[in-house]
Amino acid sequence: MSIKGKAAVVGVYEHPLRWAPHKTQYQIMAESARGALADAGLSIKDVDGLFTSGVGPMGVVSLAEHLNLYPDYLDSNSIGGSSFVSHTGHAAAAIAAGYCNVALILYRSTASSDRFAIGTGGGGSFDPPEQFESCYGPTTVGDYALVAQRHMYEFGTTSEQLAEIAVTIRRHASLNPLAKFHDPITVEDVLASRVVSSPLHLLDCCMISDGGGAVVVTSAERARDLKKKPVYIQGAAETCYHTSAGMRDLTNAAAKQSGPKALARAGVTHKDIDMAMIYDSFTITVCVTLESLGFCKKGEGGAFVQNGRIGLGGELPINTDGGGLSSNHPGMRGIFLVIEATKQLRGECGERQVKDCNLALCHGTGGTLGLRHSGATLVLSV
Amino acid sequence: MAEEKKYKKPLPRVDEESRPFWEACARHELYVQKCRSCGQVFYYPRSFCPADLSQDLEWVKCSGKGTVYTFTVTRQNQSAGFRDNLPYVMAYVELDEGVRLLTNIVDCKPEEVKIGMPVEVTFEDATAEVSIPLFRPVTR
Repeated sequence: MSIKGKAAVVGVYEHPLRWAPHKTQYQIMAESARGALADAGLSIKDVDGLFTSGVGPMGVVSLAEHLNLYPDYLDSNSIGGSSFVSHTGHAAAAIAAGYCNVALILYRSTASSDRFAIGTGGGGSFDPPEQFESCYGPTTVGDYALVAQRHMYEFGTTSEQLAEIAVTIRRHASLNPLAKFHDPITVEDVLASRVVSSPLHLLDCCMISDGGGAVVVTSAERARDLKKKPVYIQGAAETCYHTSAGMRDLTNAAAKQSGPKALARAGVTHKDIDMAMIYDSFTITVCVTLESLGFCKKGEGGAFVQNGRIGLGGELPINTDGGGLSSNHPGMRGIFLVIEATKQLRGECGERQVKDCNLALCHGTGGTLGLRHSGATLVLSV
Repeated sequence: MAEEKKYKKPLPRVDEESRPFWEACARHELYVQKCRSCGQVFYYPRSFCPADLSQDLEWVKCSGKGTVYTFTVTRQNQSAGFRDNLPYVMAYVELDEGVRLLTNIVDCKPEEVKIGMPVEVTFEDATAEVSIPLFRPVTR
């Protein structure tokens, strides 16, 4: 069974706040749900599938309780920042299989107002590999920096090239009223910012903000009667990469497996993609993901992102909302990839609208590239 | 010895699968595992082969030599044990036995660390029972 074209994103909502100390996390989700359902022209009573990640040991059950829902389909797949990209694919499959008809995907975090040092604090888990890692001081930034250093060594990628990614995405943020950072930055600014974990500078890193969002998915049939132009889910795929029992090639990302599968399932090729939302936890994430997805050859990501190619008006505009680097990053921003791609495909992006945008790709990365991470790819179209 | 310096970094949560590895580290010996069924050499330690799930495994004593596969000089880490030891070098070392492991490079200035640099294992005695394998530049 293929999911191609059988379900569509019909409602999206990005919570406007980047700093929400006066709101609870469940409140942010409820507000986001209301926003996305209104966008779709649906009511909470229509929801029969519920998806979220990272809300405690009982996962999505606590959320169902808070919203007073009795869904026919529950999914708390928790694979880091890519979870919500994964949820969107899972929702399409559940709808195609008839398990639910209106899927609501919710995300929230108050990482910023909680002063949670996502990037530079010690994480700590009880997973088996943890005992072979935590004693060495891995931070999120450091784990990605390991990949950046190796990429530079193998392929001659430069800090200037990585900086170009941050500069381009900041320019996009300047066109997004909701984005946290609007002031333009230069390659020199990135290089002059302090090194957090070499070779990554502060401006190579995403911010930490509060935030949340919601996505509503329903069947293609029902989507046709709703308020907004349906954004069809054409292909989805996911996987995870890890330390491979000591054999991992750090310059490959999970996108290498999920990207080609999602494109094949959608029946499209790289050249057909009009814009892409690439999880930008760090500049190196974008570089390695573009290569692993196959938009350029391995090792050529540094050159690929230069000369305006990934900017608005370029060959492959990415992260038009300003990404995690400049718009918002509450910890797991996969949902915003789906939200922005949907708005682009509907033509709702104003000054930052990609012209003739008919086909978009989202790729979420969860966890850390240097230790273990998930990758989820989604192909969307109007 | 003067007053004992308290070890503040996280200690490994040793379990039944990893105990022989950590016991060897306490003797300042580094081991990886090899599958007798398919020949796969692997790290981190576990009770089965990650290639074929065989439990017919042997422990292979490492030469302790390897090269730096990649590294990062971490200048910011708020967590206990690390915030007082900045900057520090975290690295993957590729052992001569062919597997890569996460570690720290010590006994040199962070700016001296390079990818491809030959390194050898050294052990930090975190407690009386637990020693952590670290790597330092090979001295000639």
